[in-house]
Formats: sequence, C-alpha cells, structure tokens
Amino acid sequence: MADKKLELVTLTERQQKARRNRSIAIGIALAALVIIFYAATIVRFGHSGASITGSGLLGGG
Amino acid sequence: MALAEDGLMEEAGFRMSEATAGDFFALLKPRVMSLVVFTAFVGLVAAPVAINPLLAMIAILAIAIGAGASGALNMWYDADIDAVMTRTAGRPVPAGRVTPGEALSFGLVLSVLSVMTLGVLVNWLSASLLAFTIFFYAVIYTMWLKRWTPQNIVIGGAAGAFPPVIGWAAVTGSVSLESVILFLIIFLWTPPHFWALALFKSDDYARAGIPMMPNVAGQASTRRQIFAYALILAPVGVLPWALGYTTAGYGVVSAVLGAGFVWYAWKVLAMADDDRAMKPAKALFGYSLLYLFAIFAAYLVDCVVGRALMMGGV
Repeated sequence: MADKKLELVTLTERQQKARRNRSIAIGIALAALVIIFYAATIVRFGHSGASITGSGLLGGG
Repeated sequence: MALAEDGLMEEAGFRMSEATAGDFFALLKPRVMSLVVFTAFVGLVAAPVAINPLLAMIAILAIAIGAGASGALNMWYDADIDAVMTRTAGRPVPAGRVTPGEALSFGLVLSVLSVMTLGVLVNWLSASLLAFTIFFYAVIYTMWLKRWTPQNIVIGGAAGAFPPVIGWAAVTGSVSLESVILFLIIFLWTPPHFWALALFKSDDYARAGIPMMPNVAGQASTRRQIFAYALILAPVGVLPWALGYTTAGYGVVSAVLGAGFVWYAWKVLAMADDDRAMKPAKALFGYSLLYLFAIFAAYLVDCVVGRALMMGGV
C-alpha cells in the first residue's frame, strides 16, 4: 500500500455541490434528532414525576 | 478532495455521488408518505385517550419515516423493473442519481431509526407494528408477492393499511376493533385503486413482467373484481357509524362517498372491451384517492367535533 503511487481526485463542481447539500441535510437531521430526544425525555420524565422507573424510557412502559 | 489509488476506485466501479438530499427524499415516496401520515394521524386522534402533543408528533414522524424507509427499500429492490416502466423510470435509482447500495443503506438505517425512536419514546407495541409493516412491504410484498401473483396488491395492501392501527396503538398501547375497521377500509380500498391504475397502465406492467390482474386474468375479469371490491368497501366504510363509534354525520358522508365509489366502479364495469382511452378507469383512480382522504377526513372531523361537544356538555 505504502509504495503505491497516490493521486488526488478532484471533485467536479456538481459533486461538490451535491456533497455539500447532503452534508447540510445530515446536519439538520442530526440536530432535529437531538432536539426530539431531549424534548421527549423532558416530557416523559415530567409525566412520571420523581419515579423514573415509571417511565417507558427505562422499560416501565 | 478525495484520495484514490492509481484509479483503483474507478476500476472497482466507484464514483463520487452526485445525489442531492432531494434525491434521497424522493426515495421515501413522499406522496405515499402523505397518505400514511394522514391515516396514522386519524388513528391517533380517534383513540379514546389523550397523548402528549409532542409524543404524538414524534409518533407521526416515526411512522412517516418508517413508511418512507420501506419505500426506499422497495426502490432499491425494484430498480430493474422501475427502469422499464414510464411511470417509474425517473425515480432516483433507475435514473442513476442514487446507487442501489446508497438506497439500500438509506432504507435500512431509516427503518432501524424509526422503529427504535417509536419504541423508546412512545411504546413498543406501535414500534413492533411499524417494524412488521416495513418488513411486510419490503420483503413480503416487494421481494415476493409483487413478481409472483396477481393477488400481489390484495395481500400487499395490508402494509398500507397498518398506519391508522399504529397511530391508535401509539396512544392506547393496544389494538381495538375500531382501529381494525380503519385498517379494513384501506385494505379493501387498495385493490380497486391499483387495478384501476393497472388497467390503463397494463402495457407498462406487461413490459416489466409484473403479473398485475389485467395482464393475468384479463381486463374483463379485473373490471368485475373492481366492482366486487367496491360493493364490499362501501358498507365497510359506513361500519364505524353502524357500530356506534361515530355520529350519523359520518354515516351520511361515508354512505355518499361509498355510493360514489360504486358508481365509478360501475362505469369501469360497463367500459367497452376496446376502450383504449379508459376514461372510466382513470376517473375511478382519481376518485379513489379522493374517497380515502375524504372518508378519513370525515372520521377525523367527527371525532374532534364529537369530543368538543362532549366537553361542552352538549
């Protein structure tokens, strides 16, 4: 592997735009997922009060 | 800048993707997804207990993404037949914008993500139903029934009928007769809806080698079966009122909608054998979409209004 000649591939403008577009979409999706899980955790813990084991998050259902 | 070794990546068929987020979104079959979201929402609202609005929104989102994931898996597996049908040739995989591997990975990741999200944040019964729905659509329907039997969409229609049951289960943690009736309405609606399409797209299906009813049993038999299903669907649509789940308002609306369905199906039955324009089949296809949205909208309105009246002490 080390003695093989390495070359760099330059992405076309279209490939660069597509990759940037996908990266932004993935970023937004991950951020949305974090917010959803955070907010849902607050809601579920709020419902079960002090009793965390009563929450479906910990298997109580 | 990406790194390559002596063009080995290109020799191996590797190419940098030009797929955009929009192409991946198209893999989710957004139009089908809108129907799934709507029917799941009706199931969720119709349930007799309340759910936190945020959890309700998450449940709908997870169901929508699960349905979309099964659509992506369908497009991965069916890329060969999609390529030869005019209706589907422009889809991302046959058009070459997304590779089959990308579609498969996307479908699998979203399947797991949607089921786990629904299970962890809502409940595991609805998550199990969603997992079964994805499996049923991607494996039982797409990989097996679709290319094997003219009953493909009759049995496969169950996958599209599950969303209101999942919505109901997300709220109640159970499955009841009321949610099963919502399932039945979509299940019985599916064959006449798709067979109307198959009548005027039979050349497409023949070219792809898919054994749709008109290509296997003939157009006359398909028209008779469409009418038979319409005769069964119309009274089943009225069942929620007959069993006391809704007011007479829904009963009247569903009866009128059902009569309309039978009327359009009758026009298809009476269609001449040499009718190439197939206007009655196209009209039934259009009306069937309206029917499903309208009957579920009527059910939703009936539930919301009925509940508001009860709260107001009327």
